[in-house]
Amino acid sequence: MRYFRLFIVFVAALLTMTGISFGGYDYIDINSPSIRKMPIAVPLFKSGSVATNSDNIQLSKKGSDMLSGMLDFTGYFKILDRDSFLENPLKPETTLQTVDFRNWTTVGAELLVTGTIQAKGNDLEIEMRLFDTTKASQLVGKKYRADANDLRQIMRLFASEIVYCLTGNRGVFDTCIAFVSTGSGNKEIYICDFDGTNVRQFTKNKAITLFPAWSSDGKWLAYTSYLKGNPDLYIKNIANNSISSVAKKGINITPSWMPGQFALAATLSYSGDQDIYLMTGDGKIIKKLTNSTGSDVSPAFSPNGKKMAFVSSRSGTPQIYIQDIDTGAVQRLTFNGRYNTQPCWSHKGDKIVYCGMDEGRHNIYIIGLDGKAPVQLTHNEGNNESPSWSPDGSLIVFSSTREGPSRIYVMTSYGTDQRRLFAISGEQTNPKWSPRLVNK
Amino acid sequence: MKKKLLIVLALLVAVPALLLFASCGKQTVKADIGEAADTLSDKGASASDSDSSDSSGSDVTSESLTDAQSLQKSAGPTAQERMAMEKAEAMQALVNEDVRFDFDSAALNERAQEILKKKATYLEKYSAAYVTVTIEGHCDDRGTNEYNLALGEKRAQSAKNFLVNLGIASSRLKTISYGEEKPVDPGQNEGAWVKNRRAHFIIQ
Repeated sequence: MRYFRLFIVFVAALLTMTGISFGGYDYIDINSPSIRKMPIAVPLFKSGSVATNSDNIQLSKKGSDMLSGMLDFTGYFKILDRDSFLENPLKPETTLQTVDFRNWTTVGAELLVTGTIQAKGNDLEIEMRLFDTTKASQLVGKKYRADANDLRQIMRLFASEIVYCLTGNRGVFDTCIAFVSTGSGNKEIYICDFDGTNVRQFTKNKAITLFPAWSSDGKWLAYTSYLKGNPDLYIKNIANNSISSVAKKGINITPSWMPGQFALAATLSYSGDQDIYLMTGDGKIIKKLTNSTGSDVSPAFSPNGKKMAFVSSRSGTPQIYIQDIDTGAVQRLTFNGRYNTQPCWSHKGDKIVYCGMDEGRHNIYIIGLDGKAPVQLTHNEGNNESPSWSPDGSLIVFSSTREGPSRIYVMTSYGTDQRRLFAISGEQTNPKWSPRLVNK
Repeated sequence: MKKKLLIVLALLVAVPALLLFASCGKQTVKADIGEAADTLSDKGASASDSDSSDSSGSDVTSESLTDAQSLQKSAGPTAQERMAMEKAEAMQALVNEDVRFDFDSAALNERAQEILKKKATYLEKYSAAYVTVTIEGHCDDRGTNEYNLALGEKRAQSAKNFLVNLGIASSRLKTISYGEEKPVDPGQNEGAWVKNRRAHFIIQ
């Protein structure tokens, strides 16, 4: 993908490691419901030897702001105000040898990120380190060299290192979000980076286009479009734009990929009834998965691909069911309310996030596989729909009308830190978080 | 849209001609034709009312009244025009009135069945002309759009099934679902939602 055109000449763990192994990941337990935000200090990066150059100073500010923004996005950290820092500008603190940890524990920082940026011709040389201030130890140290345009990519890499060190998980920094926007006059699919930046239009069908679905390797995007007048299914290779389609009579909607396979499920109605079918990645039917009278839509596979959540009207109202793929056994999951749709499985496979309607409003709920006690994550703020979990399970993207037009929002999987990703023209719906899109 | 325009144009041509025909009928044309023309002129008048083209209609009439000869000549084509107008009216009635549904339902209530029966008589009448229609299924936007796309299809299908049961050939009835993607009224109130939960007929 063009997206990952990053020329890192070398990435090296800095040799100043002090024997701290980061195998424990006990800093942030992302499974704890009472997650405490770790106070972290991200002072302005130093500009290396040419500190007087104003371009370099700008670059340092840009780099450190970018990194702290990315860390803030995760919801794991409390980013401390730089104005409170006690560092002496004449005595740059960047390495284990030069950092005065008391300066940082005094202002409440438990973690500290330092960095130096040097521009060398068209290249950047960047060193960054993460410290535990209470243990006075270095946790991560990396040195990057890359093209000057790739500052953001470097910051994503280091943010990923930080989160990996603290949680044991690579985080969301190398993911994207696909969504539907009416900005062009028609509903079309757009893609943005994990934090809502770099929005670009993906389909230009000039026709209603809906329901983006990422393959688990991130190489394919399936969707429904009225390109030829009928709601047909399209399966598009993101890298080379090759497309296959499923254009049977009736509706061809709500695709969802089977994890680890070039296969997807979708609702087709050519037989006269709306059922979910399993298909190859190029659109050939493998088998019919559901077989009940009424609408069966919105399949969503468990991470191991053995189970499928879906929405069915078989009980009279739309409710979420779980089907065992091998045995075909079906269990109803939701019983609260009369309208529960849009299921999405958590990365660990133990929970399902969905959209439930109560008193005419849609809100987002999480439910365990036992179907008991769904937890409501959004409250009294317009309609909140289409929840989609980030691949690491830490965040949920969704659409909301809380500010009027439908827009894309993100929250932690506990419902905290709800914020809008961006404001672009038109209305945005149907967000889907990509898997990690690793540069290959 | 084009079809609507054509229908309006056909009416604009046909209505003045009929008005003229009717007003002179008593003197020149046989009584039974006169009667038919009378009933037609009623329909014509109401159609021209709705198009608010009364004045232009009467203009044409007063001019033509002076030429009785041309009137006699136009008696043949008028019958054809009358047929065309009747058909245009029927087609418009077929398209104009939507079949409405309750929330999260594709069931046809009494009113919906009445409307469909009316549509069936039109379709039956013009079976020789082989009029085919597309039935669009639509939803209000209170549900979620995946499920609504399925629901819209069921609405279109239940309208189609009802017509097929009344004897309309299923090959004349296509269905398509737009779910909540094409509301007629973008409002967020019961009035708008009622209008949006519909099966809408389009003549092909």
